[in-house]
Amino acid sequence: MAALTKEETEALIQEVLEVYPEQARKDRAKHLAVNDQSLEKSNKCITSNRKSQPGVMTIRGCAYAGSKGVVWGPIKDMIHISHGPVGCGQYSRAGRRNYYVGTTGINTFGTMNFTSDFQEKDIVFGGDKKLAKIMNEIEELFPLNKGISIQSECPIGLIGDDIEAVAKKANKEIGKPVVPVRCEGFRGVSQSLGHHIANDAIRDWVLENRDGDESFATTPYDVAVIGDYNIGGDAWASRTLLEEMGLRVVAQWSGDGTIAEMEKTPKVKLNLIHCYRSMNYIARHMEEKYKIPWIEYNFFGPTKIAESLRKIAALFDETIQAGAEKVIAKYQAEYDAVIAKYKPRLQGKRVMLYVGGLRPRHVIGAYEDLGMEVVGTGYEFGHNDDYDRTIKEMGNATLIYDDVTGYEFEEFVKRVQPDLIGSGIKEKYIFQKMGIPFRQMHSWDYSGPYHGYDGFAIFARDMDMTLNNPCWKQVKVPWKTAESSDVAVAASA
Amino acid sequence: MALRQCAIYGKGGIGKSTTTQNLVSALAELGNSVMIVGCDPKADSTRLILHAKAQTTIMSLAAEAGSVEDLELEDVLKAGYRGIKCVESGGPEPGVGCAGRGVITAINFLEEEGAYDDELDFVFYDVLGDVVCGGFAMPIRENKAQEIYIVCSGEMMAMYAANNIAKGIVKYANSGSVRLAGLICNSRETAREDELISALAAKIGTTMIHFVPRDNVVQRAEIRRMTVIEYEPGHKQAQEYRDLAIKIRDNKNFVIPTPITMDELEELMMEFGIIDQEDESIIGVTAAAEATA
Repeated sequence: MAALTKEETEALIQEVLEVYPEQARKDRAKHLAVNDQSLEKSNKCITSNRKSQPGVMTIRGCAYAGSKGVVWGPIKDMIHISHGPVGCGQYSRAGRRNYYVGTTGINTFGTMNFTSDFQEKDIVFGGDKKLAKIMNEIEELFPLNKGISIQSECPIGLIGDDIEAVAKKANKEIGKPVVPVRCEGFRGVSQSLGHHIANDAIRDWVLENRDGDESFATTPYDVAVIGDYNIGGDAWASRTLLEEMGLRVVAQWSGDGTIAEMEKTPKVKLNLIHCYRSMNYIARHMEEKYKIPWIEYNFFGPTKIAESLRKIAALFDETIQAGAEKVIAKYQAEYDAVIAKYKPRLQGKRVMLYVGGLRPRHVIGAYEDLGMEVVGTGYEFGHNDDYDRTIKEMGNATLIYDDVTGYEFEEFVKRVQPDLIGSGIKEKYIFQKMGIPFRQMHSWDYSGPYHGYDGFAIFARDMDMTLNNPCWKQVKVPWKTAESSDVAVAASA
Repeated sequence: MALRQCAIYGKGGIGKSTTTQNLVSALAELGNSVMIVGCDPKADSTRLILHAKAQTTIMSLAAEAGSVEDLELEDVLKAGYRGIKCVESGGPEPGVGCAGRGVITAINFLEEEGAYDDELDFVFYDVLGDVVCGGFAMPIRENKAQEIYIVCSGEMMAMYAANNIAKGIVKYANSGSVRLAGLICNSRETAREDELISALAAKIGTTMIHFVPRDNVVQRAEIRRMTVIEYEPGHKQAQEYRDLAIKIRDNKNFVIPTPITMDELEELMMEFGIIDQEDESIIGVTAAAEATA
């Protein structure tokens, strides 16, 4: 199907908005836009980071999800207590595929669920004593833990527990970092505030731990990888490129990361930000306090990888710059082969995305390397600085949707008829039932890594095996001929 | 006789618990079967009936046992003077946890365990002074207390509180069957107190059901952890509580209150000389400034 013109896209948005009651229509209109590359600032066309309308089936999470699930959870050698009733911790346990090296239950704890399992009596009498007891038990049962974080669930904020006081006391007793995080789920409009709160907790309870301690031997090439959660091994595939170009990766935030790495981060020369949305706050803080510059990079697909490696290298000396060229050259045969194999099978295919964090813009380059086009994208919990960064990545007249509703997304897909959709698990089966190939792009659909050159090979393979899967030819109902079954035809073409 | 459930509200320190226990004792004396449910973390709603310092509460027993499901009714329900059944919801120390949730949990437990049996004539909920959150409104939600008595006096803050509680009742009255049943004036011996409270009651659509005079015998009985009814049944103060009990027993005047505005309330107080006519020239002027003026 041919690309929509600007007018057609505008008309589509109007048509989709038509069914809403007036108030909802007014609100949702601000969150839907036709991309225009000539715009410098996204606030000219889109509003973001606002409360979702009731009843629209938003895909957003909560502040606890942002802190425990995203920022803190992957710190593997700490124990993260989901403080409150059991469900928040249990139903979010190990779902994000933050890979790590270690022996779970001995020196790493990433896939375990620690919870204070609140009962009525804890609500009524407060949970501070129980929390203190849990931390003592943790020390006894898991002595190799390197610290504890307290991830507040909703009730903690309601009953006024003083988790900061408990944390300070426990810190003195066990001599390890104990970090209280006020990420009660009802705070803010999405998981985004949880990221911010988690960043602030790192700032207040972790970063200063080695101020004045010069025992860590630094080099001029020390960097930290910030905002890579090592989903399916992403951070490993990224780290190797940085090391091969001559940099020393001192810390990984937070996939396969440790508290010691976080504490050492103020000693690095440059912070490299992959997921800007979830960790720009701490990068800005380190810039202000420790004068550490930061840059954003993108390790999806060879074009963006090469661009990023050169951009990073430009901030170092010639050794590193030569190193970057060497890395790009070294992998060229490999990624050329990937492109040669998959591009002919994927050329011209159109993709719609709806994800969170960095992906709605960062993966565009990887699709383009395979000859594909992203024709619609949007953020679950982005802010306008995310959309600012997205305008130039997307083609003119493509669709941009913020905090898209279940209804809008389905209607857009029906009209745009993309060849592939990349979104979350809740969207997956709806679109598959519509006969459209789908990749779960939050946790790489149980695959990955997708970062780096290694990841690109897997990314390309996954897109091909999904899109060109023969099953899509079988979804036509027998009483419809090939000509009349438009969706199935579009999908299997 | 069908079970009547009554809730006693009023400003903190106004004498809700003392009045309730004396009133309940008088009702028991009249041959009624009564239960008191203390809804205050301080757990001082039953001490005069049980001659106890503070009854062991549902929530503290639940915390000990692990959860409220582990408790039996007989663990929490104690019988005192003339067989009056006593139970305290309990709750946390000041400054921690959620006392409101404690009230909700405790009342749910009583319902599930069948504390409200057919033998009972009256249940009285003695509720913490300020309805600070939804938990303390629990006793007046659907299928619980249907009659509310507000204890007040002729003091300014007590009347403010009474009017505010009436506002709270309106919310639940409109969606359920809870009604305001009257003001109980627990005298602080302010000027023209009975007339003032009667006037306030009329304004918010109810009556002053009884004027309880101040008498030291109440304190003397309290020191002995007894009600006046039990300590000195022949005393004239005991008769006052009996009168109150009879009025409540025979009360049919249940209304949706018509709380008044702050201006109306202040006007009423001015009328009775509780507060002076507002003099705008003195507002925001310190004592020092007044002295130099």
